[in-house]
Amino acid sequence: MKKTKFILYIFSFTLLFLNNLKAENSDQVDKISKNLRCLICQGQSVYDSQSDFALSMKILIQKKINEGKNENEIYDFLKNKYGEWIVYDPEINKKTLILWIFPLILFIFGGLLVIRKVFIN
Amino acid sequence: MIKNIKFIIIILFSLFIFFIFLKGLEKPNNYLPEKTSNKIETNLSANKLYDQIEVSLGELINNNNFSIINIWASWCLPCKDEHVYLLNLKRTNNINIIGINYKDKKSNAIKFLKDLGNPYSEVLIDPDGTKSIELGAIGVPETYLVNNKNKEIIKKYIGPLDDVKFKEILKIIKNEKN
Repeated sequence: MKKTKFILYIFSFTLLFLNNLKAENSDQVDKISKNLRCLICQGQSVYDSQSDFALSMKILIQKKINEGKNENEIYDFLKNKYGEWIVYDPEINKKTLILWIFPLILFIFGGLLVIRKVFIN
Repeated sequence: MIKNIKFIIIILFSLFIFFIFLKGLEKPNNYLPEKTSNKIETNLSANKLYDQIEVSLGELINNNNFSIINIWASWCLPCKDEHVYLLNLKRTNNINIIGINYKDKKSNAIKFLKDLGNPYSEVLIDPDGTKSIELGAIGVPETYLVNNKNKEIIKKYIGPLDDVKFKEILKIIKNEKN
C-alpha cells in the first residue's frame, strides 16, 4: 500500500514537473500570439483562435523560437509576410497618426478644462 | 446662446459619427494589407508528396519564365472547383505549377489527384501548415503567380480561381512574355 502511494506521489510530481517545463516553453508563444491578429477570424487574436491558420501560426512561432529568433524578429518576419496589420501594435505613420494623436489631444483638452475650472474658482 | 452652441456641436458630432459608421458599413470587413513583401522564400524547403524527398522552392522555380504556386487540400471543396483551371493552365500554357498540399492525408491527396488529374509538376506537403504561413498564405485555396527571374510574386489570389482570375493570369503571362 505504501509503495503504491509512493509511486503515485513520484508519478504526479514528475507530471507536474513536465507540465511546468512545457508551460515555460509555450509562455513565449502565448505572449507573441496574443499580439497577433488572426486573419481568418478577424477580431480574435491568434492566441484565442482555433482556426487552422492560427494553429499553424502557433506551431510556426514555436519553431522560430526554437531556431533562436527573438520576439521582434518574429514580428518583423510576419509583418513582412502579412503586412503591418497582423500585429496589434500599429506603427506611427500617416494613416495611424490620428489614432496616436487623438488621445493626446483629448488628454490636453481635458487638462485645460480642469485647469480652467480650478483657476477660475 | 451657449446652450445653442452646445446643442449644435452635439448634433454635428453625432452626425459625424453616424456618417463614419455608415461609411464603415459599406466596407468589406475582411481587410487585407496591401504592403507586403513580394519576394518568395526560395530557401523554404518541404518534402515531396510522392517520394518524401526534401526540395527547396528555389530549385523548383528555376527554369521557366513563370511558375504558379497553388495551395490546396483534398478536403477543401473550392479546391475542386478551381482544379479545372489549373489543369487548363497546365495543358494550354505548360506552366510550371507547384502544388502545396495543406494539412492533408497523403492517401487522400494522392486519390484527389488520381481522380481529378494532376496539373502539378511537383507537389510539396505541408502537414502542419507552417510552410504556407512562411509563404504568406491565410488558408486554402490560394494561388500565386511567380516571376521566376526575380523570384517575386506578381499576383496573389486568395480563394478559388474562376473565369476572371484565369483570364487575368493568361493576360499577365502573355504581356510579360512579349
